[in-house]
Amino acid sequence: MALLDVKHLTVDFNTDQGVVHAVRDISFSVGESEAVGIVGESGSGKSVTMYSVMGLLAANGGIREGSVVFGGKEITEKAYPSRKAYQAEMSKIRGNEMSMIFQDPMTFLNPVVRIGKQITEVIKNHNKVSDAQAKEQAVALMGQVGIPSPHERFGQYPHEFSGGMRQRIIIAMALANSPRLIIADEPTTALDVTIQAQVLDLIKDMKEKMNSSVIMITHDLGVVASLCDRIIIMYGGKIVEAGDAREIFYQPRHPYTMGLLKCVHNPEKKDKLTPIPGSPPDLLKPPAGCPFVDRCSQAMRICKLRMPEAETYSETHTCSCWLEEAGKRKGENHG
Amino acid sequence: MAEALLTVDHVKTYFDVTKGLFSKKQIVKAVDDVSFSIGEGETYGLVGESGCGKSTLGRTLVQIYPVTGGKIYYKGRDIDTLKKTDRKEFTREVQMIFQDPYASLNPRMTVGEIIKEPMEIHKILDTSQQREERAAELLKLVGLKPDHIRRYPHEFSGGQRQRISIARTLALNPRFIICDEPISALDVSIQAQIINLLKEIQSDLKISYLFVAHDLSMVNYISDRIGVMYLGHLVEEGTADQVYSSPLHPYTRALLSAVPIPDPDVAKARRKIHLEGELPTPLNPPAGCPFKGRCPSATEECGKVRPEMKDYGGHKVACFHAGPSH
Ligand SMILES: Nc1ncnc2c1ncn2[C@@H]1O[C@H](COP(=O)(O)OP(=O)(O)OP(=O)(O)O)[C@@H](O)[C@H]1O
Ligand SMILES: Nc1ncnc2c1ncn2[C@@H]1O[C@H](COP(=O)(O)OP(=O)(O)O)[C@@H](O)[C@H]1O
Ligand code: SF4
Ligand code: SF4
Ligand SMILES: [Mg+2]
Ligand SMILES: [Mg+2]
Repeated sequence: MALLDVKHLTVDFNTDQGVVHAVRDISFSVGESEAVGIVGESGSGKSVTMYSVMGLLAANGGIREGSVVFGGKEITEKAYPSRKAYQAEMSKIRGNEMSMIFQDPMTFLNPVVRIGKQITEVIKNHNKVSDAQAKEQAVALMGQVGIPSPHERFGQYPHEFSGGMRQRIIIAMALANSPRLIIADEPTTALDVTIQAQVLDLIKDMKEKMNSSVIMITHDLGVVASLCDRIIIMYGGKIVEAGDAREIFYQPRHPYTMGLLKCVHNPEKKDKLTPIPGSPPDLLKPPAGCPFVDRCSQAMRICKLRMPEAETYSETHTCSCWLEEAGKRKGENHG
Repeated sequence: MAEALLTVDHVKTYFDVTKGLFSKKQIVKAVDDVSFSIGEGETYGLVGESGCGKSTLGRTLVQIYPVTGGKIYYKGRDIDTLKKTDRKEFTREVQMIFQDPYASLNPRMTVGEIIKEPMEIHKILDTSQQREERAAELLKLVGLKPDHIRRYPHEFSGGQRQRISIARTLALNPRFIICDEPISALDVSIQAQIINLLKEIQSDLKISYLFVAHDLSMVNYISDRIGVMYLGHLVEEGTADQVYSSPLHPYTRALLSAVPIPDPDVAKARRKIHLEGELPTPLNPPAGCPFKGRCPSATEECGKVRPEMKDYGGHKVACFHAGPSH
């Protein structure tokens, strides 16, 4: 059984301009000790998906439909007698069985509390340990994530750390209780490539050591290429394609995935960049059919009218695009 | 190379960040003794980690910051001693495009006003009508619609706003544009749009670019030549191919090996060079080679004096232990 199973997740936000349909009926799962990448344009619904899983949606948003099952247990609010009961359960799970690494470490670190104290808090929240034991664990964790002289650094404040070191502290906190699932939301987007490489290696090492599952959210295909077993491509609040890493990179099926691969410069290949024209759909009034229709060079009349169903190509590979159906019909007509 | 359009000659840009009157003098050597030149219609890529001095150098070139030492020549003339008409020409012909397409456009002006403003300041074209027509033409050139002219910046996406700032820059008929991370705030699919737009404009209008970025693969794609900066210094320079395919400086090698490759088989097979430690600060930088604290090949010699830039047939490197023979 999968560790995380998301089914028909649909998330809306109420805004002054109307309802934003941020995530529209998506289903996916993450296995034990599996690394899954979620890739997509900004605004495609990657973060909202994960905030829904973690129970951290903004107040104006909510899960309209669907279920999230984690370790065999339903963890959407509807399964709990009250909002309070739900929140109590989620705060037991978060930081313990499931933890999150954010893009900007400062959204998570308290600038006026010493780093060491922030790490020991996470440990003490979920474990019965003495102050001394918590400190010992925290210093060991700081060492593990590559903070030089962790003993001296323990008493320092966040502003005394560089961006890369702060991100490592966040990782240390995320790992403190050996979570079964680590959700990393663009953990390296704000970092330099050299520091990014260090942080990605760290996440990889830690995952292997603790056998955790990882969900890596990113817009950078390079980041998921070496880290992830499986990759999910999101566009306009929908999952448009999913497959194992080799299927996505070497046999992409969806025109958006193919387009995205042509937008990144692979120095090993020297191909010309072919941009995808246009820009993503407005989720205040998402298209009835395929979300990619306005930018797709192969769009047909049906694409605007109806959302294509997901076709299955292998145990891991699925794609939602009308081209498959069109191909079949052509075959019929000729044969 | 044809005659240089812009020459940077031993330029230094220092900032005095001393706090109190009686505290020790503290100097940030953001750009420290950098020399290079850029030809007509050429793209020079400048790469390096955050804080290494790329933006400071760009801002020094457009005289936002004064030089602390050294000289900058535009069309062979020292930009600090330009006569009135030459100065006008310089401020019109040398322009800068910034990273953040949100912050760099005035939210209260329409797109048309934004594009016309620099033409008014520099008295390009005679009537408002002509400028309006030119603005519409420029919008078409950057891939927007002429009827976008009456809209406001907030009605556009990030990529579209970057197109608007490019149109505004082109309104001045520039010869030289400093692009300071013009794509890093944009989505991957939009980045490629902007890069290709910049390339098209260049081949049509023969503009030179200084292209600042920390995304090495994009820099390699757009540049003719690349300079690598570390802690205020230029440590390597060569054609895009030289720097990318046969990097000489240990820092360039590490930087290249850190770039994530969008190809799982290649990525898994690749050997990474791990850079230990964090970025040092240009506040009281170390003596000797600026890279010595993180360099896997450092020897005792490296800590004593700073290695000079050596030229190996157009491929230059500043390192005691690098060069084609090493
Ligand atoms: N006005 C200033 N006063 C003091 N120090 C400054 C000033 N401007 C820049 N610096 C310092 O100079 C150094 C170089 O900064 P610069 O902005 O040029 O870096 P950069 O290479 O463009 O980095 P990034 O990739 O993050 O944009 C940094 O240490 C920075 O803190
Ligand atoms: N609190 C909110 N209120 C209204 N809209 C929101 C809110 N949070 C996210 N959205 C919208 O939901 C969509 C998906 O956002 P997000 O998941 O953050 O995208 P990304 O894929 O970049 O992580 C976007 O259109 C975004 O503007
Ligand atoms: S469904 Fe139609 S518009 Fe969507 S990706 Fe496929 S061909 Fe393009
Ligand atoms: S001079 Fe020495 S420290 Fe500097 S890059 Fe070369 S080998 Fe490394
Ligand atoms: Mg996000
Ligand atoms: Mg900069």
